[in-house]
Amino acid sequence: MRKPQRLGFIYLSLFVALLLTVMPMPQIVKLARPDWALLVLMYWTLALPQRVSVITAFFTGFIVDVLVGTVLGVNALAFSVVIFVVAQHHLKIRNFAVVQQALLLGLLLALYQLMLFWLSHFLTGVYFRPQYLWPVLTGMLVWPWLFWLLRRYRRQLKIQ
Amino acid sequence: MNQIYSRGPSLPLRLFLAVVCSAGLMFLDRYTDSSTQLRSYLTAAASPLFYVASLPQALFSGASEQFMSQQTVLDENARLKETLLQQSGQLQLLRFLQQENEKLRALLGSSAAIEDKSLVAEVLAVYSHPFSHQVVLNKGSNDGVTEFQPVIDDQGVVGQVVSVGPSSSRALLISDNTHALAVRAERTGVRAIVEGLGQWDLLRVMHLPHSTDIREGDRLLTSGLDGRFPEGYPVAKVVRISQDASQPFMVVYAEPYARLDRIRHVLLLSGRSEAMAEAAEILPPEQP
Repeated sequence: MRKPQRLGFIYLSLFVALLLTVMPMPQIVKLARPDWALLVLMYWTLALPQRVSVITAFFTGFIVDVLVGTVLGVNALAFSVVIFVVAQHHLKIRNFAVVQQALLLGLLLALYQLMLFWLSHFLTGVYFRPQYLWPVLTGMLVWPWLFWLLRRYRRQLKIQ
Repeated sequence: MNQIYSRGPSLPLRLFLAVVCSAGLMFLDRYTDSSTQLRSYLTAAASPLFYVASLPQALFSGASEQFMSQQTVLDENARLKETLLQQSGQLQLLRFLQQENEKLRALLGSSAAIEDKSLVAEVLAVYSHPFSHQVVLNKGSNDGVTEFQPVIDDQGVVGQVVSVGPSSSRALLISDNTHALAVRAERTGVRAIVEGLGQWDLLRVMHLPHSTDIREGDRLLTSGLDGRFPEGYPVAKVVRISQDASQPFMVVYAEPYARLDRIRHVLLLSGRSEAMAEAAEILPPEQP
């Protein structure tokens, strides 16, 4: 087992993703804002599953809950479950081409949105509108670029 | 595969832990009162992040003001002067009316209208998550912000403060799914409750019987009966009414006056909440 190296940079990238999550934007852009934190977590889980997995996802989700103002624990749970699936199948998912990965992760993003909706529906009684699924599409479109960028980031800084 | 997870608990166990923890958190947050305090601490801890996140926008708008042409600035200045003049003219009349109103109230023997102090705050972040319509404001308990303080902007009611940190606070908007407030129709005085739907431009007016006199275009003002919002601030305009006899109540939708999706500066009203609660008890019920 290799020694962990420069783990701080992983948390730095997660921090940037969290910033992007709360950055003020025009209304139309905001509705379609990709779930940055989840996408970045997905990348790290695929690349370094021994460093980043469910527990990191739980804490990131908790921070998202605090920032976003949803009922505490909702995002934490949804993040943990989605990242659990990614971590379980990271060897398979890694072998896919990036576009196929995007499609597959799109399913998981949809799962995330639906879990978020179900939990919020139980807890606060929200109504479903199809617009809530926009982030799934934008997340899928963003994935190839994010994958490329984060791989360069990881290799350049030799994060293990 | 196995040796990857040789350290620490196995993956399913970690998931189990995470699920148990989040279920506990959800229960704590939703069904107990201790979460308000916890939320305040967390808001305080997270506020630097909001400051950093709103930096690019602040820089951008600062730069665009820098490069505004002189003519634009002069135009804007002239326009602002004009509005100021108009408004101070109206204010003179208002002072007179206020005095008159106080005298009349004294004659009637009812409690005097309460002076309101207010505090201007800037919106640091509008979180647009459909399940939680909240804004983060740059004023906190150090500036005298308290919980449940009403928040308005230049058009109408925006929401109320729900958690306070030392230098920032979080306000729940009237369009949030979990928010409701007491209103009164300006034209007829009909009392009602306006609830958020999780949409920026639409609210629902609840529990109005089919015989209620309400029309499209009616202005809804706060009635002050909820003990949170002072009386008389504009909330929303009725935009759609559908009378379906199969439903127990009329389905009435209203559009908020405050442009909730693009608020930058808001006004926090203060010093009334206790007096409000008293007033709500003392005031005789209005004639519908």
